[in-house]
Amino acid sequence: MNQAPIPTLPLGRRISRWFGRNIIRIYAVFGFTYLFIPVLYTFAFSFNNAGKSNLTWRGFTWSNWTNPCGAPEVCSALGNSIKIGLIATTVATIMGTLIAFAIGRHRFRGRTTTNLLIFLPMATPEVVLGASLLAMFLAFRINPGFWPTVIAHVMFSISFVVVTVKARIASLDPRLEQAAMDLYANEMETFKRVTLPLVMPGIAGAALLAFSLSFDDFIITNFNSGTLVTFPKFVYISAARGIPAQANVIGSSMFFLALFIVIAGQLVNRKKVR
Amino acid sequence: MADASTSSHGDLKLTRITKSFGDFTAVDDMTLTIPQGSFFALLGPSGCGKTTTLRMIAGLEEPTAGSIHIGDTDITTKKPYQRPVNTVFQNYALFPHLSIFENVAFGLRRRGVKDVKEQVEKVLKLVELPHFADRKPTQLSGGQQQRIALARAIVNRPALLLLDEPLGALDLKLRRQMQIELKWIQTEVGLTFVHVTHDQEEAMTMADTIAVMNEGRIEQMGSPAELYESPCTAFVANFLGQSNLIRGKIESSDGESSVVQVNGQKISLLKSRNRSSTSSVLIGIRPEKIRIGLPEGLTSGNTLTGGIVSDVSFVGVSTQYVVEMPWKQDLMVFEQNDGGTPTLRAGDPVTLSWNEPFTFGLDGSEDVNAGAEMDGEA
Amino acid sequence: MAFLQAAATRATSFTGKKGRLPYLLLAPGLFWLFAFFVLPILNLAATSTQTPVVGGDTGQFVQTFRLANYIDAFNASREQFARSFIYATLATLLALAISYPLAYAIAFRSGKFKNFLLVLVVAPFFVSFLLRTVAWKQILGESGFVVPTLRALHIIGPQTTLTASALAVVTGMTYNFLPFMTLPLYASLERIDPRTLEASNDLYANGVTTFRKVTLPLSMPGVVAGTLLTFIPAAGDYVNAAILGNPNTTMLGNVIDSRFFRIVDYPTAAALSFMLMAAILILVTVYIRKSGTDELV
Repeated sequence: MNQAPIPTLPLGRRISRWFGRNIIRIYAVFGFTYLFIPVLYTFAFSFNNAGKSNLTWRGFTWSNWTNPCGAPEVCSALGNSIKIGLIATTVATIMGTLIAFAIGRHRFRGRTTTNLLIFLPMATPEVVLGASLLAMFLAFRINPGFWPTVIAHVMFSISFVVVTVKARIASLDPRLEQAAMDLYANEMETFKRVTLPLVMPGIAGAALLAFSLSFDDFIITNFNSGTLVTFPKFVYISAARGIPAQANVIGSSMFFLALFIVIAGQLVNRKKVR
Repeated sequence: MADASTSSHGDLKLTRITKSFGDFTAVDDMTLTIPQGSFFALLGPSGCGKTTTLRMIAGLEEPTAGSIHIGDTDITTKKPYQRPVNTVFQNYALFPHLSIFENVAFGLRRRGVKDVKEQVEKVLKLVELPHFADRKPTQLSGGQQQRIALARAIVNRPALLLLDEPLGALDLKLRRQMQIELKWIQTEVGLTFVHVTHDQEEAMTMADTIAVMNEGRIEQMGSPAELYESPCTAFVANFLGQSNLIRGKIESSDGESSVVQVNGQKISLLKSRNRSSTSSVLIGIRPEKIRIGLPEGLTSGNTLTGGIVSDVSFVGVSTQYVVEMPWKQDLMVFEQNDGGTPTLRAGDPVTLSWNEPFTFGLDGSEDVNAGAEMDGEA
Repeated sequence: MAFLQAAATRATSFTGKKGRLPYLLLAPGLFWLFAFFVLPILNLAATSTQTPVVGGDTGQFVQTFRLANYIDAFNASREQFARSFIYATLATLLALAISYPLAYAIAFRSGKFKNFLLVLVVAPFFVSFLLRTVAWKQILGESGFVVPTLRALHIIGPQTTLTASALAVVTGMTYNFLPFMTLPLYASLERIDPRTLEASNDLYANGVTTFRKVTLPLSMPGVVAGTLLTFIPAAGDYVNAAILGNPNTTMLGNVIDSRFFRIVDYPTAAALSFMLMAAILILVTVYIRKSGTDELV
């Protein structure tokens, strides 16, 4: 048996070939590093024994995590953000879902106008949304504050809810509803037992999106909240003189909480599919 | 077993049904009666209106004109959930969020039936999937989903079961197996099955009556054998299996048969099998009815001489020949591989012959190629 | 046949008949958008042509339909206008350059880690927008690791700093709007059947040609959506400029903000807002037309 020797490439060629094949992966590693540097910073500085300014590292401490409300106003700002987020999310999710069903399931006059009215708020810069709403509130002598902020948050969240839920409705096989009708379910029952359960993940996703948009919004809030301080506003205000490390604790916690919700959601979904 | 079979007036009657979408007429003035307890197939190429017909029967589409009756009940404008009709959908349409049990129980629960559990278990046994009740549809294979879709429909014992290309998504082997099972289940439960398909083989295997549809109309209706042996239009002759159609002219007639002149050769055609009202006629003969041989060998029955073999394909059970005739038309011949015929090669001169009664005659004004090459998917 | 099927599905979504129901479903949401989006915008248009009340207090204005407000406002903020669009364009291009390979890697090279990586891409944005921006201030600051590294490598001189600069503003914007680019890109790349890429390779196209002739055209809807979703918020942003910039890097958003709150000059703020919105809408329309995708609207 005379075996031909396996041809080997010179080392240089082999290395360059390895790079050629893996360039995308190498790039992705760099990309993810870039994405996570600010997260790591935020997380690391939540353990900083900061004192007044959290700009430079002054030693490790658990105290920020054991006492997250230690800095003045942090927790009241967080509370405001959560309250606004919950109310705005509920209202926007309900209204947006109704619109999504109207667009996805009905034919009516004025469809194009409706679509335009949904699209425009997403294409309008936040400064314009915030400034125009504030100008109107002032014109009607309504003082900015909690409720104007809620109103604003509902306004900019609706469009995102519509788009998310509409996509889910569009991906629904119409034959499923036809099958339900065929199996003696009337319109209401078909909606309750087939349509709604199947659209539900879309609605849940839309609500999560609305909440995170609301919770994270600064620009529109800044225009319409008056003296009320939300969490992003708190960070912005304190940015000049130094942000307390407790803000990093809250930011990191939100990060882990959101990560947990998303991963748990995916696991539940996977279980359902299987 | 079925509730419906206790009354003898469960026939489905479509009377002058028309369905248009804008300018397009999908179903054109169709009248059709499907007797209770039969396995009926609507067969046709995609776009022929068969699915639209089915959807009108199911109530998913409202006819533009005409009426639909089951027995004496007019169901034309009834909602889908008000009709004693159930459908096995294309791709099954099983509810992905419900278990197999709840899928099958869906119709029973909506109608407020009492012994849901018992009935579901019984029907799951019937489709031979008794241990799948707790699973989700996505955990099942295509064939299993198909059976659940069937179970979900027949558990309601509808007067009429509609099947919309129910086997389209299955592979060939599974399809064959399901064809036999469907037929068996139909006999078992005794319901009327209306089956829509573009697959002529599927229709012939299962149905007792087939209606061949083309451009919104029924071209011909009858048993599979009737349609195959005596097609009445070129479309049916070509769509259901293959046919050789040759133009000719009736020269003379005596008693039971006519003599047809075909490009200078004489063919005999039974008058009872001639659908043409004029002397212009299309002579039809199925490829497997033709015997092929060297010029000197064959003389009995109808013969056509002067052919040259232009292509030979061996397909196992038979050998398929393409023979070019002197008038430049290609004829198909299927020869059983029973060892009786010497193997011919391309270029060999041949004579074709067949028993006279196998010849059928169609209207001479028809297109020779109508319905050929149309056996696509719906 | 497509026509027939479309007609069939449309006619048979049985709830799809006309009636009052769709209007009832639309009413609350559309009312909200009308009252708190359309009306304010109209009100803004009205405000933009007002002038101060002669002899009145700060913040008192009267409608005089003075269109010259726009010219004045534009002349006063030309630089910021230019900066807004240059920074937003730069940030969009950078985001595209960073996101495309990343989205490509996740869509085609991640195997069973696909969903996990997708979560990782979005995860950083669960940290508050403001905190992320402040984090960049620290990273690029004197005590961060970037400046000392670059100095040690003699890429920048010992006196050069990175914060309070246009560079920092663009970096922050690129980072902050990245998911708006990555997600649409991923969505359109993920839809590409890998077999079309194999087919292209089979038909004698090398990697680069396959990318240029097959992958890129097929992912175009994602590129268009991503660019728009990044550009629009970037052009109107002022947070990055406020936290990471200096007085010479202010953007239009900063001007609108200060006209509103510090100078209490509502008409100018309104005129600027309107011009920003108009400019963006025109750019977006032209861009959508040119790229031939109107999927978004």
